[in-house]
Amino acid sequence: MSQAAVADHDFALEPAESPLTPESWGKLGMWVFLAGDAMSFGVLLAGYGALRYFDPTWPPPSSILGIQLTALMTFLLICSSVTMVEALAGIRQGDEAKLRRFLVLTIIGGATFLGLQAYEWNKLIVHEGQSIAKDNFGATFFILTGFHGCHVFGGVVYLSAILGRAVRGVSSAVVTGVTGAAAALGVIGITAKSESALVAFIGAAVAGGIVYGVANAQRGPRGTYSAHSNSEVEIGALYWHFVDLIWILVFTFVYLM
Amino acid sequence: MATHSAEALKQEERRYLRVFIWLGVLTAVELWITTVSLPKFTIGCFLVVLAATKASLVALYYMHLANEKRTLMYIALTPAIICVWLVLMLSPDLGSVRRLWTTQVPPAAASQHAHHD
Repeated sequence: MSQAAVADHDFALEPAESPLTPESWGKLGMWVFLAGDAMSFGVLLAGYGALRYFDPTWPPPSSILGIQLTALMTFLLICSSVTMVEALAGIRQGDEAKLRRFLVLTIIGGATFLGLQAYEWNKLIVHEGQSIAKDNFGATFFILTGFHGCHVFGGVVYLSAILGRAVRGVSSAVVTGVTGAAAALGVIGITAKSESALVAFIGAAVAGGIVYGVANAQRGPRGTYSAHSNSEVEIGALYWHFVDLIWILVFTFVYLM
Repeated sequence: MATHSAEALKQEERRYLRVFIWLGVLTAVELWITTVSLPKFTIGCFLVVLAATKASLVALYYMHLANEKRTLMYIALTPAIICVWLVLMLSPDLGSVRRLWTTQVPPAAASQHAHHD
């Protein structure tokens, strides 16, 4: 076999470049994952619509849910999308400080969103007697918003890992602090009882530890990302914008309609 | 998205801010529409159009679908098309379930009727 034929053979086995996303195969992989994930959300929303349509006893969402609070949460996620595109624009300009600054803002936005969602759930479950088992409204509401909340939490961890690769030392501890605080807000918000405080703090510590481990395991030397090598940041940004896009739909279909 | 000149990046950043302002304005319009006294169906149609516009803005400009190859756009659009198809296919069943639900005889009346017979 000639050298050219060997090269052709190798190329056929493992092409270096994705035909759809020349930047990286990972980006194409993320798009395919997001398409599948969108189907999950689509089916949940279709199920919500179907159950709501044939149930004449379905309560008007505005009579149970706080629209102002969720409007604020929506605005917060939109803001975090802007900070994410600014982070990506920063590293494409070769500005690592801008990448780190806007990534931290995005993570804080996601963490605050989680805190507000925990507050909303706590209000609904503890003070208003709603639950996933109460009726169709409760079942679909908690599954949809909970599934989305898991995505936001995953996004916060994911972006923290990216930030972990862009920073080192003390900064990495700051990342852990922010994500740990997010987890603490979430756990304390949901449990919110004095006897549960210990459980809340243990949960927060475990979550913080997991995030710290992920951030450290992924951490490379400063300069991991540059103007010419930033596809990991772009892939993370795709995920984060998807989470924002889904919330736009959930906010309209579940809270406003 | 292969090359990013400094001027192109500056333009992109300005576009991001414009999209952000549009998203904020459309969210405010959504909230305002829910307070207007219009038929429920009309409000629902407006809300769906506004939500679809906001989602498209995020996908096209923040996820950069507008600059990607067309095939990637088809991949992204496929779930939306399948979900709309799913809802359309569910509609006949939902209609018959709703008719059954709203026209069925209440249990108390049904037992009284049986007693008379």
